[in-house]
Amino acid sequence: MTLRLFIPADAGALAVGAEEVATALRAAGARRNVAVDIVRTGSRGLYWLEPMVEAETPVGRMAYGPVAPGDAESLLGSLVADGQHRLGHGLTEEIPWLKRQTRLTFARCGVVDPRSLEDYRAHGGGKGVERALALGAEATIEEVVQSGLRGRGGAGFPTGIKWRTVAQTQAPQKYIVCNADEGDSGTFADRMIMEGDPFVLIEGMAIAGIAVGATKGYIYIRSEYPHAAATMEAAISAARRGGFIGKRVAGSSFAFDLEVRLGAGAYVCGEETSLLDSLEGKRGLVRAKPPLPAHKGLFGRPTVINNVLSFASVPIIMDKGAAFYRDFGMGKSRGTMPIQLAGNIKYGGLFETAFGITLGELVDDVGGGTRSGRPVRAVQVGGPLGAYFPRALFDTPFDYEAFAAREGLIGHGGIVVFDDTVDMAKQAHFAMEFCAVESCGKCTPCRVGSTRGMEVIDHIIRGENRAANMTLLQDLCHTLKFGSLCALGGFTPYPVMSALTHFPEDFGAPPRLQAAE
Amino acid sequence: MQQSRSHRDRAPWDRDVALRLVREHLDREGPLLPILHALQEEFGYIDTAAEPLIAEALNITRAEVHGVITFYHDFRREPAGRHVLKLCRAEACQSAGGDPLAARAEARLGLKMGATAPDGSVTLEPVYCLGLCATAPSAMLDGRVVGRLDVSSLDALLAETQR
Repeated sequence: MTLRLFIPADAGALAVGAEEVATALRAAGARRNVAVDIVRTGSRGLYWLEPMVEAETPVGRMAYGPVAPGDAESLLGSLVADGQHRLGHGLTEEIPWLKRQTRLTFARCGVVDPRSLEDYRAHGGGKGVERALALGAEATIEEVVQSGLRGRGGAGFPTGIKWRTVAQTQAPQKYIVCNADEGDSGTFADRMIMEGDPFVLIEGMAIAGIAVGATKGYIYIRSEYPHAAATMEAAISAARRGGFIGKRVAGSSFAFDLEVRLGAGAYVCGEETSLLDSLEGKRGLVRAKPPLPAHKGLFGRPTVINNVLSFASVPIIMDKGAAFYRDFGMGKSRGTMPIQLAGNIKYGGLFETAFGITLGELVDDVGGGTRSGRPVRAVQVGGPLGAYFPRALFDTPFDYEAFAAREGLIGHGGIVVFDDTVDMAKQAHFAMEFCAVESCGKCTPCRVGSTRGMEVIDHIIRGENRAANMTLLQDLCHTLKFGSLCALGGFTPYPVMSALTHFPEDFGAPPRLQAAE
Repeated sequence: MQQSRSHRDRAPWDRDVALRLVREHLDREGPLLPILHALQEEFGYIDTAAEPLIAEALNITRAEVHGVITFYHDFRREPAGRHVLKLCRAEACQSAGGDPLAARAEARLGLKMGATAPDGSVTLEPVYCLGLCATAPSAMLDGRVVGRLDVSSLDALLAETQR
């Protein structure tokens, strides 16, 4: 018999020893004369179980984890016998943490071989582009509009409207650009897609190309993601060889080709206009809008620029129809959101679910509280530019508008959990410091305001002229919020002001009454 | 790819090799970042002597090339140590105990973040997110990722940098 195993080659799994586990299982198989076929997949996103090993059985894949290299011998012994092992969790799909999710965008992630176009097609991939070709450009855009899909990078702008603008702009050349500069701490969904199901991103971008009349696409990946870039490159080559992209997309008369470009460690390049300048080979300076990238984007041409998750959600929308996708969610937040549970959390990982789940459910029920075992004191939602929420606001539903109403944002869907040892004045200081380090320098509120912000918070921490400095800090945040060119300066006030508002005692002020808003 | 090989294997600066690398990318749209990555991959840093070469090949000013090189955190103006240890200093790793680990690394190596050891053994650098936030705190040694970092696994990495 041949034992067929699935072990992630996802960076998050490799970081906790997946490679060593694969090597040990191969060696254990050789010693026992058991043929072991190991498929390297992406991660299922159950990082608390990584390194996770799955074994193929007649009833489905069985999960084991977290597996250490030292467990290989006993695990292999169990697998050739009855499959029972102390690290066993039964059928992967039945693990409650995974079963209660709604995996639309991440349906194949962790399941398929990310470098195999055949495997992608065998698991339902490729149907979206086929339907787009059958419907034609206009109907495809209408489908994306009707699905209610909003930009998953953080801004939440309706994806279909952006596409329509580009489609209606005449130009000899148009571009599709994927923003894979996922720099927000606490987020890793883009990385997981690129390492676990890169063809879904390729398909989403090809559909965009067909819809707006663009023949060339770029994926701008941050340099901190070497594994994602390598898998993406391999998948693009396979897609070209298999006729999935290239001169005739999926056998049609449409041409579309893709290229990976690496960033160079500038956080601000996650801002779309700065990213475009960077792609053009310039300093990553933010552009003033208008003109919109949809009118004058890359090299001055009409450009669709979307986040990885936005593109990756398009194939299933095209395959199953707008109504299918739109039926998930709440209010103006339609479909599902891949939420990333990170930091000091017991059950961290990727949790894709319909909009509407509350922050408390995510942190306490799904996440299981802190890994340190201490009480949860604050969670930062939406990356370094997102607000810190106290427990009192844990009833906030995961929805663009609900978070905005409470002076926060969902951003790219990352949630970082902090226990009661956190010093919120220090976190506020870090937010200003990060803005100062990463500011592109083009606009004064961001460039100068962030450094002034650090100084003022230092004064507050040292107890110098506290009341006056608190007022000054609020005034400064107001200037940053309304005077900055982009979200870096514009949103840095969110973590700062939320820390000050919800945790004043850390700034030497009397504590706030623990009442919900 | 960034740091796909150990820093000790880098070739010394060579004008002809640099010119060849520059020319390899000239047909691409927006070739400057790919050129800079290629030079850094080859030599481990971007020599000042590369600036006029690139400027002439792309028909832009040397100031523009210099401006781009200095804008991005990745591009080095001088060679790094034989090993490069990056410690994630962003919020998810802060929440999981990254700060004391970073302080420990600085103390044990006698280096501040961003500095290279005088003996050229190691460069210690902060990184703002490796995307390993569910297995924080995280680190990267010469391109190899490490998660759930604790005192003992950090000490093992520090020992590796001295080999």
